[in-house]
Formats: sequence, structure tokens, C-alpha cells
Amino acid sequence: MSFINYSSREINCKIVYYGPGLCGKTTNLQYIYAKTNPEAKGKMISLATETERTLFFDFLPLSLGEIRGFKTRFHLYTVPGQVFYDASRKLILKGVDGVVFVADSQIERMEANLESMENLRVNLAEQGYDLKAIPYVIQYNKRDLPNAASIEELHRLLNPGNISEFQSIAATGWGVFDTLKAVAKLVLQELKKGR
Amino acid sequence: MVSPQIVMYEEEFNQISALCDRLCREANGKVVFLVDKNGQLIASAGQVGNLDTTSLASLTAGNIAATGGLAKLIGEKEFSILFHEGERDNLHISIVGGRVILVVIFDGRSSLGLVRLRVKRASVELAGIFEHLMRKMEDPAMGSPFAEITDEDIDNLFND
Ligand SMILES: Nc1nc2c(ncn2[C@@H]2O[C@H](COP(=O)(O)OP(=O)(O)O)[C@@H](O)[C@H]2O)c(=O)[nH]1
Ligand SMILES: [Mg+2]
Repeated sequence: MSFINYSSREINCKIVYYGPGLCGKTTNLQYIYAKTNPEAKGKMISLATETERTLFFDFLPLSLGEIRGFKTRFHLYTVPGQVFYDASRKLILKGVDGVVFVADSQIERMEANLESMENLRVNLAEQGYDLKAIPYVIQYNKRDLPNAASIEELHRLLNPGNISEFQSIAATGWGVFDTLKAVAKLVLQELKKGR
Repeated sequence: MVSPQIVMYEEEFNQISALCDRLCREANGKVVFLVDKNGQLIASAGQVGNLDTTSLASLTAGNIAATGGLAKLIGEKEFSILFHEGERDNLHISIVGGRVILVVIFDGRSSLGLVRLRVKRASVELAGIFEHLMRKMEDPAMGSPFAEITDEDIDNLFND
């Protein structure tokens, strides 16, 4: 749910990075944080366990610039990927404007990808959102690993709807901004349509 | 879509800001801020100079969402007031009109009793303003400022 403030002339949108545990969601945000000018970003917050696994969420506020005199600000969130954190994931999806599904390209993570995507669909539906109708892109991460599945296979399994998809190596940043720009664009186009 | 966007107009923003200012003074608070349930800051008042209000807003909403989840597990609708006591500063968090979160930060110069009392009164007024705002947002005549943006506007955002 975007938040348009006429008084401060700001528009705030919420983007959630979703995907199975260890697929690279937090790494996406860390890269964005590292590569953004200090004046365009707020503090990155990570609510993590002692072993660095995301416990509740990571949060990164970003300013992209102005459109027609309105500052556009994006709030990026990641969800904890582990199956048992489903309650937290539902909370983070509240009021979401756009979703990035980060898939782990490794063949042995395909089950986990499929399970997480189904979980996303169910959790969105619980709030009355349709995954087919909201701004949504897919990122195939960890393209650098030797056990990565082919793009054709990933596409066939995870992207039957043929939405925008991106390859990435979040650990080096390759593909990270392309993904972010694509989803941000979709969110803004949605705003243009009205609700 | 189930949750429409929130739009804040100048008029209501000024009313809300004035109300937060007043609450901050009357409750002897250090800071007052108002957040929507999705974690976006709506307004703030008091000594916010060195505070990271964006982070505060996001974490406050996360906190309310998490305790709301806890409430449901034990059969409550939600916990409408949360209080966190620190060594120096305390946080009083309450839900207004079921949709926005009001936070007061205060220290030893105030007291929980005073804050509760002032928050109660301010909440009634705030709820009224938000009622009005919601009706205004539903008015199709208000339109969206973004209806006229072009693909080019959007592209330009990413071109630097
Ligand atoms: N080889 C490789 N490792 C990655 C890549 N992206 C993330 N990682 C690593 O995968 C692990 C899990 O990443 P993290 O971002 O914490 O996953 P999250 O659970 O989705 O937040 C970390 O050790 C990252 O360094 C990638 O593109 N390639
Ligand atoms: Mg993580």
C-alpha cells in the first residue's frame, strides 16, 4: 500500500524480497546499501539471529529521486526464509506494493524454491492479493555456482506466467540493481493506474 | 485491491502535526510520532533532530504486527497499548482507530500515568481526523497525483 504525502511531497512504497532460506535476499539488500549514496539511503536494519539468519526482517529505506515534484521513497524488506517463520512472513507482506522472488539457482534448492513460491502465493491470497495482479519480478540468483540449473529449467518451473526475470550473483552485485529497477518501475506504473 | 493506498493531504497533515505537537507538550514527552501499520512515518513532533525516525517507524510497525500475532494466538484481537521501560527513556505505543500507531517517548520528567491520560484524549481526536481522511481518499474526485506520470518520468528516475 503506497503512502502519498501531499504535505511533505513524498511517496512511499513497500517492496518485499521473498524466497527460500539462504537464497540471497539479505545479500541483495546489503549490496544495494553498499552501492547507494549516503544521502539516498537510511540505515539498514537487520533483525537476525546470532548465526546471521534473518529472524524477522531486514529493512532498507531508499530514495530514488523525484517524479513531478514528489520524492519517491522505497522501503525494501526481506522475509526470513526458513519454513518455520511463516507468521513473520505474513506480517511483512502486509501492505506490500511489489514483490521480488529470489530463487536459488542450485538444482538441489529447486524444491525449496517451489515451496517458497507457493507459500508466497498463499500468504498473499490470505490478504486478498493475487500474485498475478501485483508488481512482481523473479530473480535467479547464484548464477556463479557450478550446480546452478539452466535458465530454461528455472523458467519452466518458476515462471510459467512469463513475468520479468533476471539472473544475478548477489554476492558480487551482478543483476541486483536491474532487479530492483524493474520492480520499482512496475510499482510506479501501478500507481499511475490509480488503485 | 484489498488495502487502498494512503493519501495524506496538506490540511489533515497540518491538523495531525499540530495534534502531535500538542500531545508532546502536554504529556511532557520528548518525542511523539505517528506511523501507519505498514511502517511508514506519518508525522512526528518534539526532539526528533538526532533520531532515525524512518527506522523507528518500521520497527514500531514490526513490533505492533508481532504483538498482534501474539494476541491472536491467545485469543485476543490485539494489544492496543504497549509500554517499554528503559533506564532513561520509555516508549508508550498505542493503536489509534485500529489503523495507525501513536508512539510517545518520554523520560523521568513525565510519567506513565500522564502519558496515558494525554494519549487517550489525543487518540479520540486523531481517530476523527483519520475517519475524515479515509472518506476523502475514497472520493473519486480527489484523483491521484500520479495518474498523469508518463513512462518517461519513470525511466528518468533510473537514468542517473
Ligand atoms: N555463490 C554465491 N553465494 C551467494 C550469492 N548470493 C548470496 N550468496 C551467499 O548465500 C548465503 C545466504 O545469503 P543470504 O543473503 O543471507 O540469504 P537469505 O536467507 O535469502 O537472506 C550467504 O553466505 C551469501 O554470501 C550468489 O549469488 N552466489
Ligand atoms: Mg536473510
